[in-house]
Amino acid sequence: MSEPSSDTLRVEHLCVNTTHGVPILQDISFEIRPGETLCLVGESGSGKSVTSLATLGLLPKDALSAASGRILLDGEDVLQVSNGRLKALRGSRMAMIFQEPMTALNPVLSVGRQIDEVLQTHTDLTAAQRRAQVMDALAQVHLPDIERIYDAYPHQLSGGQRQRIMIAMALVLEPRLLIADEPTTALDVTTQQQILKLIRELQQKHGTAVLFITHDMGVVVDIADRVCVMRQGRIVESGTVADVLSRPQQDYTKALLAAVPGLEPRAARREVFSAQVVLDVSELGKVYPPAGGGWRWFGKAREGTRAVHDVSFTLKRGRTLGIVGESGSGKSTVARCVMRLLAPTHGAIRVTGKDISELSAASLKPHRKRIQMIFQDPNRSLNPRISIGKSLIEGPMNHGVPFAQAWARGQELLELVGLPVDAIERYPHQFSGGQRQRIAIARALAMEPDVIVADEAVSALDVSVQAQVLQLLQDIQARMGVAILFITHDLRVAAQLCDDVLVMHRGQVMEYGPAAHVLAHPQQPYTQQLMDAVPGKGWNFAAGQRI
Amino acid sequence: MSKPVSLSLPAPRRRLISLPRLPLTSAIALVVLVLIIGMAIFAPWVANHDPVALAPAFRLKPASAEFWLGTDAYGRDLFSRIVYGARISLTVGVGVTVMSILIGLPLGLMAGYFQGLDALLMRVMDGLMAIPGILLAIAIVSLSSAGIWTVMIAIMVPEIPQVVRLVRARVLSTREEPYVEAAVLMGTSTLKILTRHLMPNTLAPLIVQGTYICASAILTEAILSFLGAGIGTEIPTWGNIISEGRVYFQLKPSLVLWAGLALSLCILSINLLGDAARDALDPRMKKRGAA
Repeated sequence: MSEPSSDTLRVEHLCVNTTHGVPILQDISFEIRPGETLCLVGESGSGKSVTSLATLGLLPKDALSAASGRILLDGEDVLQVSNGRLKALRGSRMAMIFQEPMTALNPVLSVGRQIDEVLQTHTDLTAAQRRAQVMDALAQVHLPDIERIYDAYPHQLSGGQRQRIMIAMALVLEPRLLIADEPTTALDVTTQQQILKLIRELQQKHGTAVLFITHDMGVVVDIADRVCVMRQGRIVESGTVADVLSRPQQDYTKALLAAVPGLEPRAARREVFSAQVVLDVSELGKVYPPAGGGWRWFGKAREGTRAVHDVSFTLKRGRTLGIVGESGSGKSTVARCVMRLLAPTHGAIRVTGKDISELSAASLKPHRKRIQMIFQDPNRSLNPRISIGKSLIEGPMNHGVPFAQAWARGQELLELVGLPVDAIERYPHQFSGGQRQRIAIARALAMEPDVIVADEAVSALDVSVQAQVLQLLQDIQARMGVAILFITHDLRVAAQLCDDVLVMHRGQVMEYGPAAHVLAHPQQPYTQQLMDAVPGKGWNFAAGQRI
Repeated sequence: MSKPVSLSLPAPRRRLISLPRLPLTSAIALVVLVLIIGMAIFAPWVANHDPVALAPAFRLKPASAEFWLGTDAYGRDLFSRIVYGARISLTVGVGVTVMSILIGLPLGLMAGYFQGLDALLMRVMDGLMAIPGILLAIAIVSLSSAGIWTVMIAIMVPEIPQVVRLVRARVLSTREEPYVEAAVLMGTSTLKILTRHLMPNTLAPLIVQGTYICASAILTEAILSFLGAGIGTEIPTWGNIISEGRVYFQLKPSLVLWAGLALSLCILSINLLGDAARDALDPRMKKRGAA
C-alpha cells in the first residue's frame, strides 16, 4: 500500500458526501512537502474544516463519509487504514491544533500531565525520559518558567499560553504533518503574531509540513508558502502566495481579496466644525466591585477591578469614532456604559448635551431613543420567536408611534438596508448572518437615533459580507448623518470606517486622534506594537503587491 | 445608499398541520391516555351502574356481564367506580399542573429578572422544597376539611418551587441575550420584556415539567386517598378504591389490582408523553439518552 513520494501529505480527488448523498467536498486535490505550509482559505461553509477532519480520519461517521479519492500521508492512505493504525498515525505522524485551546485541553489535568499522556500512549520512554522531553517541548514553545507551567492547569494560563501548550503537545512526537484549524482566530493580534512566528520557527526546525486553515487573508500572507482558495466544497484556485494574491485568476479570489480592508486609513472626510456634538464622554470610569462585597469586618476594604479608567472623547454628528483594543482592554465596557447597560462609577456621558450617567432606569427612557446599539452576534441579536416586523416596530411603538406608521417605516428601513420589503413578515432563522446584521441595523435606525454604537458589529461575518455591511454603515451615515461609535479589535476595519480612533489598553486610553494620525503615524509604543501585529501588514491587497 | 443589493431569500417556511411521527411507545401512551380522558369525560355513559349506590345483596360478586369487573364489599360496581375515579385523578393532575404553573411562572420570571427579589424568593422556595410533599398534604388536609380543593392545594405547594427554579434558570440565561438588551435599549417596559422576550423561552421546558407534575400529582392524590387523608371515602377515587379493597385483598385481589392498573397506566402514559415532548422540544436530550 506504500508508495515512495516526496510529499508529506498528498490528497487526490477527495470527495466527501453526507449520508444523504449531498456532496460537501468535491474533487479536492493538493499536496504539502516537508517544511512547507499550505493555507486552505475560504469563507464559512467552504469545506476547509471538513478537509482537515477527513485528513485526520475524524469525519463524523453518522453524518459524513469519503466517497472517493485518496489521502496519502507519507504514501499511506488514511482512508484505507484500520482504526488502530489511524490512532497510531494521529499523534505520531500527524497532529492537530484547534481554534479554542481551552476546550481542547482537559480542565482537570495539569498541562504537563496532558503532554506526558501523549508520550505515554505513543512511546515506551521511562517517566524520567518523558518528563525531560515534555520540559524540552515546553521550552521550545518559549513558555516562561516551565517548571511552574508543567504543574499549571489550563485555566491558570492565558489564551496565548494555552495555544503554546497545544502546539507543544502537537509537536512533542515530531509529527510529519501539523494541521492547524484557525489556531489564532480566538487570540489577540499581538498574541496571534507570536503564535504564527512560533509555528514557523518550529516548522523550520523539524521540517514539519503544515496544513493551515484560516479565513484571514492577512494570516495567509504571514504564514503560507502556497495557498488553496476554497469555495462551496471545491478548490477554486491554488498556487504560491505571491501568484494567487497578486495575480488571482478566478473572480471569486479577486472578490475575496478586494474585500480585505486596507490598513491605510481612508481619506479623511472634511470636518464640519459647526456640527453638533452628539456624544460627549468625560473621565468615564467603571470599577467592578470585588467578589463577595466591597468591605470586610476586619482589615482594609478590598479593591474592585478597574475595568475602565478616565476615558474621554467626543463624537460629532455624522462622524465615526473607532475604539480599538485587544480583549480585556475595556472597550466593550465603555460601550456598555455609554448605552447605560452598565452604570459607570465615575464621569459623565452627555448625549446631545444631557448627562445620562446617573439617570435612573425610568428617567433614562426618553434618552434611550437617542442612542442605539448593534451587537456582535447576528444570531442572537434578534428574538428568534418574533417576526422581523415586530422586532422593528417594538422600539418606535414604545415611544408612542402608531402601529401603521411604525410598520411602514419598518418597510422603508428594510429597503434602505438592502432587503426586500416582504422580509418584514419573516423570522430571523430565514436570514443569513449578514442579512440579520442588516436587520439589526434597520432596528437601530427605526429609533431615529443620534448615535449608533456598534460593538464588534462585523467581527462575526465573513470578509465579503463584512465589506458589504461596512459599506452599508457608511452609506447610512452619509444619508442620515448619524454618528457611529465603532468598537472593534480589527485595525483594518477601523482604518476603513473611522474618522477618529481611540486606542485602549488595560482600561486606559493610549492614544486618541484622527485615524490618519493614530494609525499611520502611531506615537505610543503600544499603538505601534498593535499596528505591527496586524496580520498581512506587509501586503497591499488592493494593489496585489508587497509594500 | 449607493446601490441596492439584491438578495435572494429562502421561501417562507409553511407550517403544515401534520401529525408528528411518534415512536411506538409514545403512540400507545397517547391512545391509553385518550381512552382514560374519554372515560372520565363521558363517565355517566361509560359506566353502567351508579358508582356510589350501595347494594349489599351484590357484595363481592365476581366479574360477569352485569358487573364487568365485579363488585366491592358494599355491592358497588367496580368498573363504574374506576371510571368515575378517573375524573378525580385527572382533575387533580391537570388542576395541580395548571395552578402550579400559573403561580410558579410569574414568580420564576421575577426571580430571574430582578436580582434583589431573587435572593429572597429563592430562599422561600428552598424552604418549601424542604417540606416533604405528602407530609404537608396530610397536615393541610387534617387541619381543614378534606375536599378536592384542599387536596389540590396540598399537592401543589411543594410543586411550585420546581416550576420557579426551572423558569428562573431559563430567564437567567436568556436575559443575557443581545436581543433582550436591545429591547431594554429600545425602551421596552419590563413587563413586556418579561412576557414577550423571556416567557416564550421558558414554555418548552415547562410543558415537559408540566407532564411530570401532572403524573406525580395523580400519584400523590392516590396515596393520600389510600392513607385516608385525601378526598372523602364517599367519592370514588382510585386511591379510595385501593384502600377499601385492601381489606378484602385475600378474598378478592381484583379490587386492588384493577384500580392499581388504571393508576399505573395513567401515570406511565403521561410520563411517556412527557419524554416524547422533551425529545421533540429539545433534541439534544434525545441524542444523549440514546448514546
